[in-house]
Amino acid sequence: MNYDSILSERVKELRPSGIRRFFDILEEMKDAISLGVGEPDFVTPWHIRDAGIYSLEKGFTKYTSNAGMAGLRRDIASYLERRFDLKYDFATQMIVTVGGSEAIDMTMRALLNPGDEVIIPVPSFVCYAPLAQMTGAKAVLAETRVEDEFKLTPELLKSCLTPKTKLVVVPFPNNPTGGIMEKADYEALAEVLRGTGVMLLSDEIYAELTYGQHHFSPANLPELYDRTVVVNGFSKSHAMTGWRMGYVCGPAPIIKQMLKLHQFGIMSAPTTSQYAAIEAMQNGDRDIEKMRDEYDGRRRYLVEGLRRIGLPCHEPRGAFYVFPDIRGTGLSSDEFCERFLMEEKVAVISGAAFGPGGEGFVRCCYATSMKDIAEALTRLDNFLTNLKKKQGRGEA
Amino acid sequence: MAKLLQLLESDCTLTRDQLASMAGMTVEEVEAAIKRYEDEKIILGYQAVVDWDRTHREAVTALIEVKVTPQRGEGFDRVAERIYQYDEVESVYLMSGAFDLTVIISGRTLKEVAHFVGEKLATLEDVTGTATHFILRKYKENHLIFEKREEQEKEWIFV
Repeated sequence: MNYDSILSERVKELRPSGIRRFFDILEEMKDAISLGVGEPDFVTPWHIRDAGIYSLEKGFTKYTSNAGMAGLRRDIASYLERRFDLKYDFATQMIVTVGGSEAIDMTMRALLNPGDEVIIPVPSFVCYAPLAQMTGAKAVLAETRVEDEFKLTPELLKSCLTPKTKLVVVPFPNNPTGGIMEKADYEALAEVLRGTGVMLLSDEIYAELTYGQHHFSPANLPELYDRTVVVNGFSKSHAMTGWRMGYVCGPAPIIKQMLKLHQFGIMSAPTTSQYAAIEAMQNGDRDIEKMRDEYDGRRRYLVEGLRRIGLPCHEPRGAFYVFPDIRGTGLSSDEFCERFLMEEKVAVISGAAFGPGGEGFVRCCYATSMKDIAEALTRLDNFLTNLKKKQGRGEA
Repeated sequence: MAKLLQLLESDCTLTRDQLASMAGMTVEEVEAAIKRYEDEKIILGYQAVVDWDRTHREAVTALIEVKVTPQRGEGFDRVAERIYQYDEVESVYLMSGAFDLTVIISGRTLKEVAHFVGEKLATLEDVTGTATHFILRKYKENHLIFEKREEQEKEWIFV
């Protein structure tokens, strides 16, 4: 069979993530330290796991309603209002999804027509452009800058806006930069978008991991509420990555269309996970605080450590990543990561993997033990010292 | 300040640097605070939690319920003090309910523990009764779980 001629042109055009090879090396390495993961190192809190187990014992193993159990959606609505002052009607403005990823995919598919343009700030998580391309839309990458704390500025947005722009992705708190957007930042964007029909996809999966201040959603602004689709989930806030629990909230006419995609493609999100999610929504706020507090301590330690060693980094105010600037080493991001792994057995992720704006930076995840962070810093110090010596001798 | 104590309580091997970053203090502030805690006996000591069952050392731990007659003017303090002075005694707690003191003791053998209870504890003049429970297995102590946990299969994915 000539599969090449059979396969969809769009799917063939998607480029696989370039760092698979890097992970292959890492898997072979027995005593490597990894600041490369992108998920919490905590196990899901027991009371949440227990609720999932209990639902299985009771035999709750059937499909739920397409949009997710009404009880869960009510709990999510109350959680969003309690924690972020966001008001959504559980019956018409919300779908429980298979992780935030499905919610992102559905938002793109429900909104985009071939030829539409989607503005995607980069560096950012890698799924937005491929999912946009699968609809036939065009991804327009907006390179955020360290000087702007990796925010999407009104100037940058304006420079990318065309009559074809349909959607702007706002992935904040941001993976990999740790950048966040505040009220004034969204007010400035609102001004740029005034009078246009452009929608926002706000990926708020790291919302609970905002340090020293409250997360602000574009949907908190009355002017942006009607043009924003909010994606969130349980993976990062409640350490529930493997349960695949997310949700999408937005204007009822959009959610209504999305529900068709969800119904035909997924049927309903996993029932066991939905029961666990109810417990997380009703009794999980303390877990969130506890984990955030722990991440915050590690964040400060890693940032101070990196700066002490001599790698400049902007203050990450959200998510669980630090994004140091490695341009001073004279290496590209890919070279830096590969050599750091081979020479010191520490894995960090090349900023270039997150889009063009990431070159010159690397992503260090602090969702790992203090012991590993401390050891990684010692080895990084070694690596940079050796690198300087080699460069002085003209060897590197 | 409570933050620093919480951090030390959960892991006293954290370095001064780490404690300072995590508690939002300077290293000097951390050192001064720890010194004060130690001087004022707010921090009593630093110990490892050991699972002796994984070693060759034989050890027996028992929890003893003790009934005592309180002393005029001193309540239970005097008898508690007479009990906690023994090296074998790990912990002593004053309890509400059916008995007065919980005493946790450890010894090398069952016989050693029985000897301590029969000869030393039960014979104290204010002790009116004891009930000894041997600890068969420890599952969790100080938030630490003794059983080695199984790890989920590790597969690197790009997130």
